[in-house]
Amino acid sequence: MSSPETVTDSDAPAEEAPRDAGREETLAQFTDVFGDAVVGSHIRPGDDLWIRVTRDVWPDVHDFASRRLGFTYFSFLSGIDWLPSPFGRDMDSQEDIVVHGIEPKPLPAMATGYAGGDTRFQVFSRLNSTTAFTGVTFKTDLPDDDLSVRTLTPTFLGASWHEREAAEMFGFTFSGHPYPVKLYLPGAFEGYPLRKDFPLLSRRVKPWPGIVDVEPMPGSDEPEGEGE
Amino acid sequence: MSTVATLLGELTPAYWQSTLVRVLIIGILVPTGALILAIVFLFKVMAWMQSRLGPYEAGPKGLLQLVAEVGKWLQKEDLIPQGADKIVFKAAPFIILASTFVLYAAIPAGPDPAIAANVPTGIYFILAVSSVSVIGVLMAGWASSNKYALIGGIRAAGQLIAYELPMVLAAVGVVVLAGSLNLQDIVHAQAGFFAFGDWGPALPFIVVQLPLFIVFMSAVQAELTQAPFDMPIAESEIVSGYQVEYSGFRFLVFFLAEFATAFGFAAIVSTLFLGGWYLPIPGLADDLQSGWWYLLGPIILFTKVMIVSFIIFWVRFTYPRFREDQLQKLAWKWLIPISLVWITVTSVAVVVWQ
Amino acid sequence: MTAIVPDSQQRAYVAAKAADARVNLEFESEGMTLNIGPQHPATHGTLRIVAKLDGEQVTSCEPVPGYMHRGYEKLSEVRTYPQVTTLVNRLDWVGSFANEVPFILAAEKLMDVEAPPRAQHIRTILFEMSRLANIVLFLGDLGAQMGGVTAVFYGFRDREFVLNQIEAVTGGRFHPNFDRIGGLKDDLPKGWIAETKVAMKKVADFCDEIEDLLIANEIFQLRSRGVGVIPADIGLSYGLSGANLRASGVDWDTRRDNCAPGLVYDKVDWKVITHPDGDCFARCWVRLQEVRESVRICEQLLDTVPAGPIMAKVPRIIKVPEGESYVETENPLGVMGYYVVSKGDLNPFRLKIRTPSFNNISVVPWVARGVYVPDVITILASLYFILGDIDK
Repeated sequence: MSSPETVTDSDAPAEEAPRDAGREETLAQFTDVFGDAVVGSHIRPGDDLWIRVTRDVWPDVHDFASRRLGFTYFSFLSGIDWLPSPFGRDMDSQEDIVVHGIEPKPLPAMATGYAGGDTRFQVFSRLNSTTAFTGVTFKTDLPDDDLSVRTLTPTFLGASWHEREAAEMFGFTFSGHPYPVKLYLPGAFEGYPLRKDFPLLSRRVKPWPGIVDVEPMPGSDEPEGEGE
Repeated sequence: MSTVATLLGELTPAYWQSTLVRVLIIGILVPTGALILAIVFLFKVMAWMQSRLGPYEAGPKGLLQLVAEVGKWLQKEDLIPQGADKIVFKAAPFIILASTFVLYAAIPAGPDPAIAANVPTGIYFILAVSSVSVIGVLMAGWASSNKYALIGGIRAAGQLIAYELPMVLAAVGVVVLAGSLNLQDIVHAQAGFFAFGDWGPALPFIVVQLPLFIVFMSAVQAELTQAPFDMPIAESEIVSGYQVEYSGFRFLVFFLAEFATAFGFAAIVSTLFLGGWYLPIPGLADDLQSGWWYLLGPIILFTKVMIVSFIIFWVRFTYPRFREDQLQKLAWKWLIPISLVWITVTSVAVVVWQ
Repeated sequence: MTAIVPDSQQRAYVAAKAADARVNLEFESEGMTLNIGPQHPATHGTLRIVAKLDGEQVTSCEPVPGYMHRGYEKLSEVRTYPQVTTLVNRLDWVGSFANEVPFILAAEKLMDVEAPPRAQHIRTILFEMSRLANIVLFLGDLGAQMGGVTAVFYGFRDREFVLNQIEAVTGGRFHPNFDRIGGLKDDLPKGWIAETKVAMKKVADFCDEIEDLLIANEIFQLRSRGVGVIPADIGLSYGLSGANLRASGVDWDTRRDNCAPGLVYDKVDWKVITHPDGDCFARCWVRLQEVRESVRICEQLLDTVPAGPIMAKVPRIIKVPEGESYVETENPLGVMGYYVVSKGDLNPFRLKIRTPSFNNISVVPWVARGVYVPDVITILASLYFILGDIDK
């Protein structure tokens, strides 16, 4: 994990990026067993490991990690919606003054994050190992027309609540879930709140008033921005 | 002073006059006054143990805390749940209160006239009357049309009936020693300890009946549904149990009944085990019919009641509560066998030394 | 003209009835259904537990959270990074400084900014003090759940000392909102270190008192030993964390084992406490010892506060570079983590909050089978949750 000592070369650092042998070995164990099902990965050296797999091996990957690699601790499971929000940021900052009638900035193209991704929705989960004290984040793509994936509850009992929450917030379906009832939202709620095209109703009702009074950052004297 | 004493001793009023005096002074005024004093004292003790502020701050020296407390409850809305059985719901608190005040009637506060009703079967009468409150609790639990109240009521039924037995058995030991059910006779027995032959000096029964004293105190704690036996009112589980739907004046009646019963039982404990209104004061120790006892007797009894109720409330504020099955286990596996064994020991001792 | 009920309202009414019926249908049809909550003295907030009872025994038990769901993950998508701290304070509101820390650390990791040593040090001290405030309340509240109400008053009274110190430095007892990306908002006031040492002594005395009054009490032990045993593998599979997992024998503490850079636990001499039993008593006992360890940590940290600036050089308007990061810390309630997805904007693109109480309470249906009603309360008390933490 430490970069090798180079005394003179100042443009060598590009090749001497620190490597994380432990995490690379873990990744290699997944690719050995699952081969092509591991479609993407990312390692931040010394920090974390991301692995993206195909939908059909989603529970198998977790099972393997739990039984063989010692990642027995289930941390959480949730979803990401990569669509840039069509409502902008509703903020009156120097960057984004939609309220004042200036041309709204065009929406950026949809781009996914670490370990890549091809679809709008991804499910991601995190497992920890309480003996090796590392963690791994798994991601999988969900095609837009079939937002479903198999459940993790046979391997990790705690996934039950997390899957219920992801299902009601994003509209996912976890097939095989023992008790697929809404967790947070009342029974009659319509819509999926954490999707980007579900508007934040409080901002629809009352737009952001702008930066009114802000304390100065420590070390500076003038406040930023003016009131309306 | 002696003329007043002889005058009081020679007083043989007509029946209705003495009844009026008894009911007014002994049955109502004195217990109420004592109750108020006792509650003020107890609130201060509670505040001291739990670092609460009210009883120290409300009014001068915290004396208005009781007024504030009563006033708070009286000004609350009087709610009756929709599905409740109205007659039973309304009657339940008063049944409990009634059984408590009947209890006070039989406790001697001095030699003969200073007792509202000198029942020949004193202690038996008291124990029977105190168990009438179980009916009130069950009524409250059922009529509230609330699952929590129902659970509380059923728990109360199990607990209160289970702990009647240790109480009765503990009292039996005392009765065997005293040779009589009458409470005045029990006090006299402690005044001159003649059960084991001509012993002479006074001896409160707690000395020879310590295990039964502990059993009786535990049973009293359970009959009052006070911690550690407060399953029926477990506040953090079933939110006041059978009292949950009561508010305002009706809850005040429950509250009052709880304190009144506590003092009533404390008075019984003092009478049975601590010597009642008698204290071997030099000069008066042998003359049990002296006029001075009309003055000193109630004060002595009051002091003993204060001590015993202090212990009751002290235990209440210290211990967490038992679970249902642990509570029943304690009663049936421990308290009843201990009391049976000790009654046998007492009976044998009485026969041997008689 | 009859009143016209809007179609959506009618559908909502029918759906609500159906939802309630579904909750009941999953269980067997005998016995009594008891709703513990949402208003109840034992649940720290509006948690509803639907218990099917057979007499006094619970045949099945299902927590229904969401009565306090505020939608933090959605709200934080329109907040700038410093503004998210305000929201996040209100998750675990009894030890609220601790909620800000993992989020700030995740943002600092993406920005590649390191807070100066003095800020890191004070951040750790405040983190530990929020742990003290939280668990002292827990110890007091234990008494309330079990019936020994005196402990509550002692807990609240002795917690005031810690809260006063937090207020002296941050300005807020409950919601300090003090952590900033790159450091802290302000420096320590004069005399704070000496006063805090006094407060630490008072907390240590409280621990001894509560141990005498409650933990060593025979009835408490009778109520909590052997009740609600959670084996270690079940705990791992459900994702329990904090003292709940350590009480089942798992030796894992994020402060020691995978400590996020930004907290200075490696400079302190302390130990991790575990208990093999996994019952309610073990959980309570582990937390009591953790308070004592926390006091030790605080005292060591208070002696060695380095001098220096309190804030690193960060731009006035904070834009976090593109990337994803996850930081978890050992909060008072358990392991709390923030998964920040950033697109180089002023506000997070997606913020996933991993709260400890969410996982801690999901184990209740497994644990509370076949126990008595009082035991359900004991189990809830020992698992220790704060409703804002479950219900984000």
